[in-house]
Amino acid sequence: MKLASSPPSPSAPLAVRETETAPPMPSARKEWLKRRDFGDWFYALALLAAASVAFLRYGEAMDGYDTAILALHVPILAALGWAWRPFRLFAAAVAALSLAGIWLYQGDLARAEQIFFLKYLFSSQTAIAWMSAFFFIATGAYWIGLLARSGFAGRTGSVLTWAAAVMGATGLFVRWYESWLLGPEIGHIPISNLYEVFVLFSLFTALLYLFYEGRYGTRKLGAFALLVISVSVAFLLWYAFTRGAHQIQPLVPALQSYWMKIHVPANFVGYGGFALAAMAGVAYLPGLQKLFAGRLPAPEVLEDVMYKAIAIGFAFFTIATILGALWAAEAWGRYWSWDPKETFALIVWLNYAVWLHLRLTRGVRGTMLAWWAIAGLLVTTFAFLGVNLFLSGLHSYGSL
Amino acid sequence: MQGAAARFLAALIELLSSMRFAVSLLTMLAIASVIGAVVQQNEPANAYLNQFGQFWEPVFARMGLYTVYGSNWFLAILAFLVLSTTLCIIHQSVPMLREMRGFREHAREASLRLFARHANFAPALPPAARRGAVTAYLAGAGFRFRVNEREDGVLVAARQGAAGRIGYFLAHAAIVLICVGGLLDGNLPLALQIRLGGKVPTSGDQPVARIPASARLDPDTWSYHGNLYIPEGGSADFAVLGANDGILLQSLPFKVALKRFRIDYYASGMPRRYASDLVITDNDSGESFERTIEVNKPLEYRGVTLFQSGFDDGGSILRFALRDLVPSRRPPHPLDGEVGARLPLAGMGYDYTLEITGFRPINVENVAPPSDDEPFGGFFGGARPQTSENLRNLGPVFTFKLRDAAGQAREFNNYMLPLEIEGRKYLVSGVRASQSEAFHYLRIPLDGDAADTWFAIRQIFFDPERHAALARRFTERSLDAADEITLRDRLRETAENTLALFARGGLEAISDFIEKTEFTDRSATEEDRQHVGAAFIQILQGLVWDAWMSAREAAGQTALETSDGHAPFIRDTLLALADSIRYGAPLYLQLTGYKHRQATILQAARAPGKPLVYTGSFLLALGVFAMLYIRERRLFVLLKDDEALVAMSSNRKTIDTDETFAHHCAGLAAALGTASAGPEESP
Ligand code: HEM
Repeated sequence: MKLASSPPSPSAPLAVRETETAPPMPSARKEWLKRRDFGDWFYALALLAAASVAFLRYGEAMDGYDTAILALHVPILAALGWAWRPFRLFAAAVAALSLAGIWLYQGDLARAEQIFFLKYLFSSQTAIAWMSAFFFIATGAYWIGLLARSGFAGRTGSVLTWAAAVMGATGLFVRWYESWLLGPEIGHIPISNLYEVFVLFSLFTALLYLFYEGRYGTRKLGAFALLVISVSVAFLLWYAFTRGAHQIQPLVPALQSYWMKIHVPANFVGYGGFALAAMAGVAYLPGLQKLFAGRLPAPEVLEDVMYKAIAIGFAFFTIATILGALWAAEAWGRYWSWDPKETFALIVWLNYAVWLHLRLTRGVRGTMLAWWAIAGLLVTTFAFLGVNLFLSGLHSYGSL
Repeated sequence: MQGAAARFLAALIELLSSMRFAVSLLTMLAIASVIGAVVQQNEPANAYLNQFGQFWEPVFARMGLYTVYGSNWFLAILAFLVLSTTLCIIHQSVPMLREMRGFREHAREASLRLFARHANFAPALPPAARRGAVTAYLAGAGFRFRVNEREDGVLVAARQGAAGRIGYFLAHAAIVLICVGGLLDGNLPLALQIRLGGKVPTSGDQPVARIPASARLDPDTWSYHGNLYIPEGGSADFAVLGANDGILLQSLPFKVALKRFRIDYYASGMPRRYASDLVITDNDSGESFERTIEVNKPLEYRGVTLFQSGFDDGGSILRFALRDLVPSRRPPHPLDGEVGARLPLAGMGYDYTLEITGFRPINVENVAPPSDDEPFGGFFGGARPQTSENLRNLGPVFTFKLRDAAGQAREFNNYMLPLEIEGRKYLVSGVRASQSEAFHYLRIPLDGDAADTWFAIRQIFFDPERHAALARRFTERSLDAADEITLRDRLRETAENTLALFARGGLEAISDFIEKTEFTDRSATEEDRQHVGAAFIQILQGLVWDAWMSAREAAGQTALETSDGHAPFIRDTLLALADSIRYGAPLYLQLTGYKHRQATILQAARAPGKPLVYTGSFLLALGVFAMLYIRERRLFVLLKDDEALVAMSSNRKTIDTDETFAHHCAGLAAALGTASAGPEESP
């Protein structure tokens, strides 16, 4: 059978890929259901069970929103796990560790210093410290894998990245619980200051990367993706050590809103996607391609990663910005008041809208898109940090 | 001629609806927004003067850089975006709709072979069964298809994911909706009222009653966003809108009365909740209802939304003890005043007006830097906050200005309760000559719990008429009768001069004096200076002691034994006396009691464009996801008697298109009975 599928190279990594990480193809809805294995159904049932238990135990304490969100978690997490099987294990690990941590506390924050496992594993700060360590080592491993063409180092890299993601997520969940131990009035979701969202950022970027690693069956991008994460982790540690930013502070009234819980995570899926795209862009640059002759993923793959990452980033950033507007309407009395943070969100959004259109315009080459994506990350970073540093505005949180 | 115009128009539309134009528009919009974010918007004019200087300030003003988002050029960009997107939609609609409906079942074999993705193989099934097998597979894979029997074979043309195109329409129509809605809610309507409606903003600092009709907007104004200031027990039925350096009054369709404003605090003293208990009374129906609003919990009524945006003092009543700092023998004088009031003090013999500017009953401050005794500031373990221990409530604080006859004012910031500093208690008062300075603090030491002592000492110390007596008293105590007259006289003189010097210029005056008189000869060493300086300090402290004792006598209290126990108080007193010379006020205001009254600051907004914007946003999200995640795919299967030709096209170039193609090739091959190995693996 002759088959002229051009270009041949990009399809190669896909072809060798075991079907396990095959993408959910809309063209194959029926097959998609057929492909569900025992693990999928078990996972879905486990989710359902977990949600039910949570509801039965805490239902009376939850309002309409809470219930709706809890319910939504089941299909969303199920879909995620089905479309991306490794996620099932990730979810299970995070659930197990977080619950272990919460259980060890026995409702007494002081135990963080007394109980061995809390002190050295599960207490939020320790977990986050583990995350940081794992990310750093993973970065090294990926680079060794890249330079020495060592498959083993590469595999170590992914394992460590997974471990880091698990610890990061656990850290956040336990921190959430710790905030409640500080006092029922203080308890809040840990995405309310710069320190916490940096953990969130590292976590999301890592997960996004891991998804594409499986999706394209190549670990070569890890060296670059983990660089961004390492930088943000470095910042996070500096910020904690010099400014004590890791301490849980109560929420200022403006942040006591339901919108925060969805606005912030949506934003950080966006940031994560953009960061990943930028790093793919770096790897795409002809200069580097020459420098690492043959060691980097094929340009077509990188181009594709860039597009996919920006696509998902843009989609979520759109939602995040809309949610932000809805929130602003409640908190500040206007859905849009051209506050610097808002304005820069718009700028970031426009920038990637431009990128997506550029890609559709005839005669725009990949290198240009790569540079644009890299510049995009700079703009995004400014929107994320610079605004808080240099421009005053209504966004009360996260000033350094 | 006609033709030329038509062609020009066509070209123009072509340009406006082109992707490149879109790209440049969006880029321009982004850059414009950057300007608006970097240059602080809607600041008072003189702020910009300081920032940009005489030359640039007017230039930038002309360019509208201080109100970018209301400036004509910015609105122009938005208008172009709307226009361009609209044209783009129209322009794309015809081909896109055709694309969505059509199957291209007439595609020619030659062109299929030119597709980037095409493959061919020999079907094993008998010709009769092939068509059925193919259509069955396609249906199973979620394709819609059309079959065309032609002389060169049977072409099955299939497609899926047309919804992606709908996404395009949704997302881009949404952009238009949002922009239009946003324009309606922006300050364009207000600008029009001013330009065409003959409304003129007036100055903010004048009684409401005096504001002319030309500066009042009636309730049915299209859209607005303004502030309400309501003291407890008070009410308002209008919002204040800021409009180019002036204000406009926007009357509301209802009256808002504030029963109570509440602040709840966290244990750390940090505010947790701001809430206003309101009574809303409808102007037309006259009926009223109660409602509490909070940050993030607004109230919507008759198309107007009320938000908790801030709070202020609502005219608390403060009771003071006014203490003279100029020589006098008056006891502290009681005085009442309301926050915001201006009281002439002529009645008390001062040519000053007292302006009470602010009052806070609770005043939480961070009194110590965060403890970093733990390594890494206690990074590991549970993330327990540490800083909260350093926050302490320092009690009521009030701020006031003393304006002299010449109109010069100094600002003061006085704490009601004594503050404990290194284990000793002080009355604390901050003073500054201008807004730009930080407060300099005067710490008045307490004798036990009494503030009177220091003031009494000061009265004696700075009263020339009493210097002689004080000096004598001091000499008597320091030397006994045995010493000869001349020595005593000399000491008394020195003491008296020292008092005079000190009263004039504090410790500086004394050190200057030392420089000028004692050490006219160069020979003197640093050591000598130290000695003489110390001697003077000793004299001053001695004088403080005697002033204290004579004050006690005057107050009918017993004298005290000299002991080191009093040394710290003496030292503090002397320092405070020295500082008090630069205090710059003839009197000290001590807060003795208060009746707190708060005011809430609400925002009233009317935004009829909201539904438009929200629907737009919803469509945008929907459309973007559709565009990005619904892949349009076209699959052609040309069945010839000895060959099956498969070709696929997609409107986006992504790798998974190749993958999907390979997948379907394999599927079709299997369906047609050909032993299939997926796509060949390339080395
Ligand atoms: C803020 C403004 C805009 C946003 C957020 C936006 C967003 C998007 C997105 C996300 C895509 C999909 C890109 C992809 O699938 O890779 C797209 C496609 C497109 N946009 Fe826009 N767009 C905007 C303005 C415009 C304007 C002003 C025009 C025309 C003048 C335009 C014309 C197009 C066209 C022709 C497509 C391709 C549609 C297709 O082939 O399916 N867009 N737009």
